[in-house]
Amino acid sequence: MVASRGNNSNPARIPALGLRVLALILISILLMYLDHRRNHLDGIRRGIGAAVYPVQVVVDAPVRMWKWLRQSTTSRNELELELGRLRAERLLTNARLQRLTALEAENARLRALLDARTTVRDEVRVAEIMAVDANPYEHNLIIDIGSTDGVYDGQAIVDANGVVGQVIRTGIMTAQAVLISDADHALPVEVNRNGLRTIAVGTGEIDRLDLPFLPNNADIRAGDLLVTSGLGGAFPSGYPVAVVNSVTRIPQEPFADVTATPSAALDQVREVMLIWSAPPASEETDE
Amino acid sequence: MSRDRDSRRLPVIVTFVVGLMLTVMPLPETVEAFRPDWLALVVIFWAMQLPRTWSVGTAWFIGIILDVSYGTLLGQHALALCVVAFATVRSHLLMRVFPLSQLSATIFALLALYQFILFWVNGVAGVSAPAVTYWAPVITGTLIWPFLYMFLSGVRYRSRSGA
Repeated sequence: MVASRGNNSNPARIPALGLRVLALILISILLMYLDHRRNHLDGIRRGIGAAVYPVQVVVDAPVRMWKWLRQSTTSRNELELELGRLRAERLLTNARLQRLTALEAENARLRALLDARTTVRDEVRVAEIMAVDANPYEHNLIIDIGSTDGVYDGQAIVDANGVVGQVIRTGIMTAQAVLISDADHALPVEVNRNGLRTIAVGTGEIDRLDLPFLPNNADIRAGDLLVTSGLGGAFPSGYPVAVVNSVTRIPQEPFADVTATPSAALDQVREVMLIWSAPPASEETDE
Repeated sequence: MSRDRDSRRLPVIVTFVVGLMLTVMPLPETVEAFRPDWLALVVIFWAMQLPRTWSVGTAWFIGIILDVSYGTLLGQHALALCVVAFATVRSHLLMRVFPLSQLSATIFALLALYQFILFWVNGVAGVSAPAVTYWAPVITGTLIWPFLYMFLSGVRYRSRSGA
């Protein structure tokens, strides 16, 4: 075929190949240099991201279709069972919610008495996770809403059980988020029982967080619930993060070896909630 | 002539798009680390077969798309793919006459080069070091190459007879 094109008397010679490759390498290095400080190239990233969007939608489509198909073919029997279960669950949740409303009012009153800033209720919105793998070396996921819906970098993501992660790159129609289990992610938490503050660090394993900065004599034990402390500015306070599952104290080590299991089902979630915490805190993320 | 060339370009572009789909397709956690670098393989194939039309420029552009969909440093995959395409184009005449064993060794070397550049950039940029399975795609990529080669050759010759 190449020979039939006629212009390949010496096919080994591609004009200016070396020059072209050199130029492209230089451009790549320049791009990486600019991108390393983030933000500079967000526009370009978003533009190309929009071009990749159709591919992501197509890849996601079979999963969505399968889900739809399963939904529309479930038997009446199963639906009734599910309905019963949901009704019971709703009753329970509502009962709890009644107490919560009273508690919230009480809390606001007490805070007013103490002259403290009232915690404003957070704005949430449900997003669906696209069945798209982004980077195999990071724990992350892609959600189906982006900057057009007001998503911003550093925004907190939770599911029904606890904190899932935070948005790291906002596209136009999608956003990429890092999970709290990512090895590069750290999250300021406090022990719900006694308010002990520390940092939960991702391990790269989906079902384990480490708490590396707790001294040996810290008051923490297996079963303790960790909630966000809100200190990093990225996450609103009070959302459950993980449950401590083991505390190992080695006398000659300065820090205790504490691991925790994330409350959110990080590898199973399909729908998540994005939180707009009312007063937009400082811009920094605690990545 | 130009229409003729366009009709030949489309199948190649389709293979790139399918490659991108395979790259972002979700896989179970356990096999995810072994996912071959589909796009690197497709780039190597076309750079080897039609080096005048598909070489470093295409590779670079595809690398940028990869960077965006991975969320890696913009230019990282572009740099790696572009260098791999360059090495392929430089040796494409040899590669075409190589028997399968030698060709596989070459593919192995090219994929290792690709991963090494990515690894190296990660190191310079201070991205945390990945596990040993980081090198797994080099092996799976080499193993899958003969099948991909047959498939893409089919695409190539079918599109030619159709044009």
